[in-house]
Amino acid sequence: MSSDFFVPDPEGRIPSAQGYFGAFGGKFIPEALVAAVDEVAAEYEKAKADPAFAAELDELLAHYTGRPSALTEVPRFAEHAGGARVFLKREDLNHTGSHKINNVLGQALLTRRMGKTRVIAETGAGQHGVATATACALFGLECVIYMGEVDTQRQALNVARMRMLGAEVVAVKSGSRTLKDAINEAFRDWVANVDRTHYLFGTVAGPHPFPAMVRDFHRVIGVEARRQILERAGRLPDAVAACVGGGSNAIGLFHAFIPDEGVRLVGLEAAGHGVDSGEHAATLTVGEPGILHGSRSYVLQDDEGQITEPYSISAGLDYPGIGPEHSYLKDSGRGEYRPVTDDEAMRALRLLSRTEGIIPAIESAHALAGALDLGRELGPEGLVLVNLSGRGDKDMDTAARYFGLYDTDAAVEADADGAAEIRGDAQ
Amino acid sequence: MSATASAGGKGKLLSDTLAAAKAEGRSALIAYLPAGFPTIDGGIEAVKAAFDGGADVVEVGLPHSDPVLDGPVIQTADDIALRGGVRIADVLRTVREAFEATGKPVLVMTYWNPIDRYGVERFTAELAAAGGAGCILPDLPVEESEAWRKAAERHGLATVFVVAPSSRDERLAKITAVGSGFVYAASLMGVTGTRESVGLEAQDLVGRTRATTELPVCVGLGVSNREQAAVVAGFADGVIVGSAFVKRLLDAPDLAAGLAGVRELAGELAQGVRRRA
Repeated sequence: MSSDFFVPDPEGRIPSAQGYFGAFGGKFIPEALVAAVDEVAAEYEKAKADPAFAAELDELLAHYTGRPSALTEVPRFAEHAGGARVFLKREDLNHTGSHKINNVLGQALLTRRMGKTRVIAETGAGQHGVATATACALFGLECVIYMGEVDTQRQALNVARMRMLGAEVVAVKSGSRTLKDAINEAFRDWVANVDRTHYLFGTVAGPHPFPAMVRDFHRVIGVEARRQILERAGRLPDAVAACVGGGSNAIGLFHAFIPDEGVRLVGLEAAGHGVDSGEHAATLTVGEPGILHGSRSYVLQDDEGQITEPYSISAGLDYPGIGPEHSYLKDSGRGEYRPVTDDEAMRALRLLSRTEGIIPAIESAHALAGALDLGRELGPEGLVLVNLSGRGDKDMDTAARYFGLYDTDAAVEADADGAAEIRGDAQ
Repeated sequence: MSATASAGGKGKLLSDTLAAAKAEGRSALIAYLPAGFPTIDGGIEAVKAAFDGGADVVEVGLPHSDPVLDGPVIQTADDIALRGGVRIADVLRTVREAFEATGKPVLVMTYWNPIDRYGVERFTAELAAAGGAGCILPDLPVEESEAWRKAAERHGLATVFVVAPSSRDERLAKITAVGSGFVYAASLMGVTGTRESVGLEAQDLVGRTRATTELPVCVGLGVSNREQAAVVAGFADGVIVGSAFVKRLLDAPDLAAGLAGVRELAGELAQGVRRRA
């Protein structure tokens, strides 16, 4: 049967049976997890071949998530992008507010098939945590979410959402207290409770089969967007753009376009205070190949293989690794990866809000900043498709502090200058 | 089984030491201590203290920024070591000084990324030159281990693999066929940390592992006192103790007291492995 929304890679050539995308990927895990990870791989292969699995997932994606997601042209925003046409793939309109739900529903069904009753997950911005807590509420599964303490503070709204949904949220206090450390703690939990627990991993990193499986669950983003842009613009885009932290929304958008050689695949990673500042999460720009969280990929590390602490204003991109398929796309030249600073992303966030009435997540704002540059490079004939991977509600506190939007802030006047800057940019 | 008798590393010394313990009708005591903790020189003294108290083998931890398989005690020690600036050269110096002072087998235990980054050939050559006996790399599964094993074998180093209760019999056979030195049986599902009891699961795992290999089978993860050591010694060729040693150093008011605590614990456990409950 053909499914509308569960559309795994039809070719199945990549990755290899050992989970390799070229030189990247694999399965670097402790022996205690080998049986569990193999079980996930075997169950996923069975599920992929089972029409009942696809039918149930399609039903959820259509009537619970709300797929297909819209494709929105943003002409007022595009005035700032050299006059190129810009379309947004609206994953922010999915139930729970981001693309994360696509993967979560797939893995939640898999959890049930495996007969496991407890789900654990890591989260950075809280979007994967909220989506996981949502699915666990829907399926009646016990749910524990690991989140770096820094992130529980800057994404407090999402912590409250997860607790409202019945999940336990554990604030992780080790290391940089961000996404990387949340994943470390989730792996420790999985080793200790593997018999009844599924680790519902939230991005296209980790050991095989997670990079391929999570990609397959998100592949619908690009499949829909490709069909929609052909209908609306009458041609394929010159470039598709997405932010990359672990890389799940980006691979979801990119994958259906890989065979279209005329379409550039552009990933935007978090440059924080700048790639030369030492405070960034620009893994593909300045990292080196290494092993982190179960697979070989580019990693931010020192000369002796110690992982260096990343930084980004965006909790969802604040990660020193990257999914192995992105490393493969980079090295093969098929993908391009560019850094976007905090300031560039925040300006793009405000610009989209004020020109189109859409408040994006700070993560997605990195992709928007990249699209502004791409549009200017391509000129008025250009056509850019951007994945708007999440909505910005969760980021209002960070944005309000950044721009001085609270009544108690003296900086409200400075924001008036910002509005003038936006008007000026368009001229 | 790989030939660990070639020149360089002390893989054979490890095998001989475990065989000697067996000949005495007892289990071996294997201690774990991270290099660079509480300081680089203090860490070297701690390894010597463990040997002095009665450890037969010591595993020196090469601290990693992301110790996913370690519990809070060893995480804390790794943090202290890394903040103190420990480098791989310091780990190798720890191995060399401990070996030169005692003539006993010293292994390195670490995560794969530091060695992958440092270079497999460079690391195995330098570890062998320092008098190291081999390595335990718990996040390097057997499928990914061929390049490492070849280099280790060339330098006379043992490669100790970890097995878990969830490892099926055919997988145990696959692992023990290429391992050397001993087999590390992780006795409890879970990360390293002091446990109040040692599960029966360990005994089953040791039995299933022995059915696949002549290598000694040593049990880790959980033991912290003489009584537990005696229980494990009843069915295993070696008893591996980590967190309990690290905790002695963490809880001590100063280094001298910590070293005395390590020596005392090693002595207590050495009695345990000779008692065999």
